[in-house]
Amino acid sequence: MSASSEADAIRTASAARPRPRWTRNISAKIAAIPMIATALVVFVGGTIWTVVYSFTDSKLLPRLRWVGLDQYERLWSQNRWLVSIENLMFYGVMSLVFTIAMGFLLAVLMDQKIRFEDTFRTIMLYPFALSFIVTGLVWQWILNPQFGIEGVVRDLGWTSFSFDPLNNPQTVLYGLLIAGLWQGTGFVMCLMLAGLRGIDEDIWKAARVDGIPTWKTYLVVVIPMMRPVFITTLVIVASGIIRLYDLVVAMTSGGPGGNASQVPAMYVYDYMFQAQNLGQGFAASTMMLLSVLIVLIPWAYLEFGGKKHG
Amino acid sequence: MKLSRMTALLAMTVAMPAMATELEVTHWWTSGGEAAAVAELAKAFDASGDKWIDGAIAGGGGTARPIMISRITGGDPMGATQFNHGQQALELVEAGLMLDLTDVAEANNWKEIVYPPSLLDACTVDGKIYCAPVNIHSPEWLWLNNKIYEDLGIPVPTNWNEFVATAPKVREAGKIPLALGNQPWQSNLAFGAMQIAVAGLDAWKAVNVDKNMDVAAGPEYAAVFQAAADARELARGSNVQDWNQATAMVINGDAAGQIMGDWAQGEFQVAEKVAGKDYTCLPGLGLNQYISTGGDAFYFPKLDDPEKEAAQKRLAALLVSPEVQVAFNLKKGSLPIRGDIDMAAANDCMKKGLEILAGGNIVPSGDMVWSPDVQKLNEDLMVEFWKSDMSPEDAHAKWVENLKSGL
Repeated sequence: MSASSEADAIRTASAARPRPRWTRNISAKIAAIPMIATALVVFVGGTIWTVVYSFTDSKLLPRLRWVGLDQYERLWSQNRWLVSIENLMFYGVMSLVFTIAMGFLLAVLMDQKIRFEDTFRTIMLYPFALSFIVTGLVWQWILNPQFGIEGVVRDLGWTSFSFDPLNNPQTVLYGLLIAGLWQGTGFVMCLMLAGLRGIDEDIWKAARVDGIPTWKTYLVVVIPMMRPVFITTLVIVASGIIRLYDLVVAMTSGGPGGNASQVPAMYVYDYMFQAQNLGQGFAASTMMLLSVLIVLIPWAYLEFGGKKHG
Repeated sequence: MKLSRMTALLAMTVAMPAMATELEVTHWWTSGGEAAAVAELAKAFDASGDKWIDGAIAGGGGTARPIMISRITGGDPMGATQFNHGQQALELVEAGLMLDLTDVAEANNWKEIVYPPSLLDACTVDGKIYCAPVNIHSPEWLWLNNKIYEDLGIPVPTNWNEFVATAPKVREAGKIPLALGNQPWQSNLAFGAMQIAVAGLDAWKAVNVDKNMDVAAGPEYAAVFQAAADARELARGSNVQDWNQATAMVINGDAAGQIMGDWAQGEFQVAEKVAGKDYTCLPGLGLNQYISTGGDAFYFPKLDDPEKEAAQKRLAALLVSPEVQVAFNLKKGSLPIRGDIDMAAANDCMKKGLEILAGGNIVPSGDMVWSPDVQKLNEDLMVEFWKSDMSPEDAHAKWVENLKSGL
C-alpha cells in the first residue's frame, strides 16, 4: 500500500468525526520523516554519542572506559587550546562586525538605483563561490612577501615597503581576516540587499514627506525593520566562524610562532586523528558545542520565548 | 635478468596464482625521490605476477594516516598500507583488524635477517608479527653548507658545539645559522636530535626506554632545554613552512645548517651537490654518534578474500627480499633493514649511516617508545618553545608533564 493511498484511507475513515491533530497535512508529515530521522540520528544521536565518549579514555578506537572529567582538565591546561579560543574570539568579533557593517554599506550603495547593478552584484558575490581552501591559497600567495603585494611594490621602486602579515605572530590574524572578509562580504551584501528590497516603497515616501534625511531613515527606520535579515545573517556568519578550519590550514597551518593562528577546530582534528586520542578530541568538540549553545540559547529565548508569534 | 631471478625465487617460496591479484597499497611517498622508490616496489610486485594499485596520499603522514585509519576502521580496507613502525597502528592490531604475518616471517627467517632486531620487535604484538619493515630513517643529522664556511675562512664545524661557536660569524655575514621550518614536527625533531647529543645516551635511555621521570626532570635535561633555547636564537629569521624549503635554504647558501633526518640528502642529490665537498652531514650532530632506527613498515589489513590474503603475504615476503631492499633504499636514501646485502652504490652520507648501524650505535625511535598522543603534545610544546620566547624552565616542566600523561 502506497503512502498516498494510506493517507486517503485515513482521510475517508475519519471524515465523520473531527480529525486528530497529527493527521492533518499527513502527506507533508510523511515527506518530512526522512529529514526528521536524519536530524535525530545523525545530528542529535551523533552529538550525544560524542559527548558520552568525551568522558572516556578512547584512543584510536572508541571504548567505554570512564575517566570522568580528566579529558576536560587536560584540555583546559593546554596552552594551545587556550590560545585557540582567544584567536577565535578575536577573529569572530572582528569578522562579525566587519562583514555585517561592510555588507550593509555595500548593499545600501547598491540600492541607490545605480547602473550595471547586476554586474556589480555578480562581481561582489563571486568570491563566495570559492571554497575557503582556494581563498586561503590565493591570499597566501598575495600576502607572500616575495611574490605578493610586498614584492610587487618593492619592484616598483619603494624598496622599504613592508607588508608581511602572515609571518608575524602579532598580525597573522589580520591576514586571515582580510581573506575571510574578501570571501564572505559579498554574500552578506546580497542578503542585506534582499532585505532592503523588501522594505515597502511607501515607507520611503512617508520618510521623504516628513523631511527625514536619507542616512537617518536607514539608521532609525530601515535597520530596525530589517531585524530578521540581520538575525539570519548573524546566525549564518557566526556558524561559519566557529567551524573556521580550512582557511587557517590553507594560509598558515596554525603558525607562525607555533600557535599564533590556531583555532579550536584544528585542535579537534589534530588530537582525534593525528594524536589518535579520540577522547581528547571529543572533549574539545563538546566545548565547541557548548560555546555555540551559550550564544544560541539566550538568542532563541529572546526570539521565541517572550511572546507567542502568529 | 635481475627480475627473472626474483620471479624464480618467489615461485619457489610460494605457489604462483593462475591470475594476477590486485592489491591497493596506500602510502604518503609523493616527493620526487620517494615516488621513484615506490616505483621500484611496484615494479617488483608486478613482475612477480600480481598487480600493485598505487594509492599515494599527498600531504605527509599527518594527513595520510587519518585517511588510512578511517578506511580500515570504516570497513573499506586497502591491501596494504604504510605506517612508521612503532605505536601508530598498535590499536588497529589489538582490535584484530590486521593480518598476522608470523608464518611469512618464519618461512623467510625474518628473525635472523632483520637488523637491528628492534625493527621486528616494533612489528610484534603478543609474540605475533604484524608488519614488514622496509627501511630505516634516522632524524639525528646536522646538514651544513660547506661554501658558507669557506667564504668566512673558518673550517667547517665537525660537531654541534663548533657549529654554535661559529654561528655569530655566520650571522654577521648576513646568513641564518640554523634553518628551521614552521611545522610542529620539525621543532620536535630538532629537539629530539639534541636530546641524545647533549644529554648523552644513558640519560636518553633512562627517560625514553625506562621512563624514569626523575631523570627527565633532572639537570641533564635542563641542559638540553638550555641548549635548545640557545639554538632557537640561531634559527631566528627562517620563515619557511616545509622541511624541504628549509633544506633549500641550506642548499642555496641562505642558511648554514639544518637539523633534519637523512631523507634531506635526497634534496641535496636532486640539486646535484656532492657529499663531503658541497655539503657535510653529521649524524648524531657530531657529538654522540647514535642514530635512532625509526622508519617505514607495511601493514596488511585483514581481508575476507583468501586469494588477496595470499597476495598480501607474497607482498610482505617480497618487501624484505634482498633485491627489493637494495633497489628501494638506494632510491629512497634510507638504510636497508637487513645487514647482509651489498650497498656499494651508497653515497658518503649513507655510508656513515651504515657504519653506525653496523657498529650497533642505535636507539629506538620516538614512534616506538611513545604513543602518537604524547608525540603530538610534545610537537605542540616544541613548536611554541622554538618559535616564541618561552623560558626553558617552563618548557621543561611542561615536557615532563606531557611524558607523564603517556605512562
